[in-house]
Amino acid sequence: MSAVAEDKVWVRQAKAQSALSKLFDWKPFLVAMCMLPALGLLFVFLTYPLGLGIWLAFTDTTIGRSGRWVGLENFEYMLEDPIWWNAVFFSVFYTGVATIGKFGLGLWLALLLNNHLPFKSMLRAIILLPWIVPTVLTAIAFWWIYNPQFSIISWIFIELGLRTTNIDFINTAWPARWSLIGANIWRGIPFVAISLLAGLQTISPSLYEAALLDGSTGWQRFRYITFPMLLPILAIVMTFSIIFTFTDFQLVYAITRGGPVNSTHLLATLAFQRGIPGGQLGEGAAIAVSMIPFLVFATLFSYFALARRKWQQGESND
Amino acid sequence: MATVDIRDVRKNFGTTKILHGVSVAIEDGQFVVLVGPSGCGKSTLLRMLAGLENITGGDISIGGRVVNNVPPKDRDIAMVFQNYALYPHMTVFQNMAFSMKLAGAPREHMESEVQKAAKILGLGELLHRFPRQLSGGQRQRVAMGRAIVRNPQVFLFDEPLSNLDAKLRVQMRSEIKELHQRLKVTTVYVTHDQIEAMTMADLIVVMNHGRIEQAGAPLELYDRPANLFVAGFIGSPAMNMIDGRIEGGAFHGPGGVAWPLPPGAPASGDVIYGIRPEHLRLDPDGLEGVVNVVEPTGSETQVVMHVGGAHLLGAFRERILTRHGEVLRVSPDPALIHLFDKATGQRL
Repeated sequence: MSAVAEDKVWVRQAKAQSALSKLFDWKPFLVAMCMLPALGLLFVFLTYPLGLGIWLAFTDTTIGRSGRWVGLENFEYMLEDPIWWNAVFFSVFYTGVATIGKFGLGLWLALLLNNHLPFKSMLRAIILLPWIVPTVLTAIAFWWIYNPQFSIISWIFIELGLRTTNIDFINTAWPARWSLIGANIWRGIPFVAISLLAGLQTISPSLYEAALLDGSTGWQRFRYITFPMLLPILAIVMTFSIIFTFTDFQLVYAITRGGPVNSTHLLATLAFQRGIPGGQLGEGAAIAVSMIPFLVFATLFSYFALARRKWQQGESND
Repeated sequence: MATVDIRDVRKNFGTTKILHGVSVAIEDGQFVVLVGPSGCGKSTLLRMLAGLENITGGDISIGGRVVNNVPPKDRDIAMVFQNYALYPHMTVFQNMAFSMKLAGAPREHMESEVQKAAKILGLGELLHRFPRQLSGGQRQRVAMGRAIVRNPQVFLFDEPLSNLDAKLRVQMRSEIKELHQRLKVTTVYVTHDQIEAMTMADLIVVMNHGRIEQAGAPLELYDRPANLFVAGFIGSPAMNMIDGRIEGGAFHGPGGVAWPLPPGAPASGDVIYGIRPEHLRLDPDGLEGVVNVVEPTGSETQVVMHVGGAHLLGAFRERILTRHGEVLRVSPDPALIHLFDKATGQRL
């Protein structure tokens, strides 16, 4: 090799680090910088409104007038208010019945879709439709379906000669309650079905084959394999479903506005009714805050009762 | 315990033919290994035996009864799956007792049967663990335990050792064989590993592309492979195959090297000349091989060399001190040379 070529051999040289670069290498600074956007968003859109809501619940604020601290007065009034009690009853009833309906039908649908069907992926996409339609559009559609005069269901029954008069869907208390639950179930099924379908697909087919050889019937395979293995995901989906159903607002407000005679108020619609159209911001906030214990209870229940399974955990848990 | 008779069994998935008419007669208590490369149809055949796949054509009978349309649970068979298929939400005890529970057996019966199987397999301590908390070998044993408690007429194993590490595989191999000797239940075992097949089987069925290439006792397959496929598949390290021509009483390989012929060889023709690495010996008057790679394993020395233009692998019990570029003189044992027709691949 010639001397000239040797001179041109490239050697890596250490570069001095700039101050900015050093700053970014400093861990505490880096941690703070990385967390800032998330913390900022959480604070502005979650902590602040929640804190403000809780604060308002202890004041007598109305629209146009900032309130004074009144302690538990709003809550004392609320506990004596039959409309609030009615809303509590209907919120629990609505959530309970709709959850049972959604999970019964959703699980059934998921099991059907888990089989080999023609046009499987297209069917799955169609199933999702009710869920991707905006809730208000669903509500308006159901409002027409339940319309006392133009209801398509009434029309079908009358055309078939099964009835002579229109069905009263939303103008008396109990039919209105059941109608709303029906609409909620229709809207909630896809979420449950698709989530559970995802859960079903994680179950290894060889387990079913092993069970087949072990002499199981179809029901036994569901009872001893599908259902227990689906429980963890069922618990999570159910927690979400309960929270979303309990805090539902759009469907009820768009179809009945809490009526007739406050019989279909959920806590969320009642809080809105009192707070915004009614102007009693403090009272509305107190009603909204009163949902928190129910939600905490529902979450804890499904988390502890359903989600934790020993068999899912590793070797350390003996 | 029962005989298993597979007669001209065919399987199509749509228009794809997986099995083209396979026949195997399995005697009562025999340990049969179906072996072949992946995609050869061996697992499909096993699943058809288990009733997990439909039979497109032909008959399968177990214990003299045709089972083509008998559902899996009524075939009196038990299967060990490749991934073990243990129920993850059940303890070892519940896994093993599941079939009895489904059949409505009383608790005491389940206890005693599971205990019996657990004792055979050394699972006594683990009955209350979940599959997650077990090692690979323990899971394997539980899967076998689940099969044993069924007390079936036929055991089916679908590549049961392929998820284990090499050391455990050797151990479980002998455990399965021991279990078979103890229970004497007819067993059909699928693997792609020819060593497993050689060490465990009474009868090896070598499959390729949905056909049986050869069926026979392990050493029969080793000593007299029926065709090139079996010759290349059975034996480790694999047989050397040299392409050439027989002329004038000798085999002429690449580079014009003349190789000795076995007694009774054809007088002329294009052939493949097969010699197993372990059937070469050092011979001062032998063929001249230029050493390429030397692999000492302690118990033997494997040497890759070039003889003429042909690659030749030799496995010698002697410790040979040689290295790349040196010359080694070797000669094949004439009685252990295999000749195959070049056109058909069949043994001559």
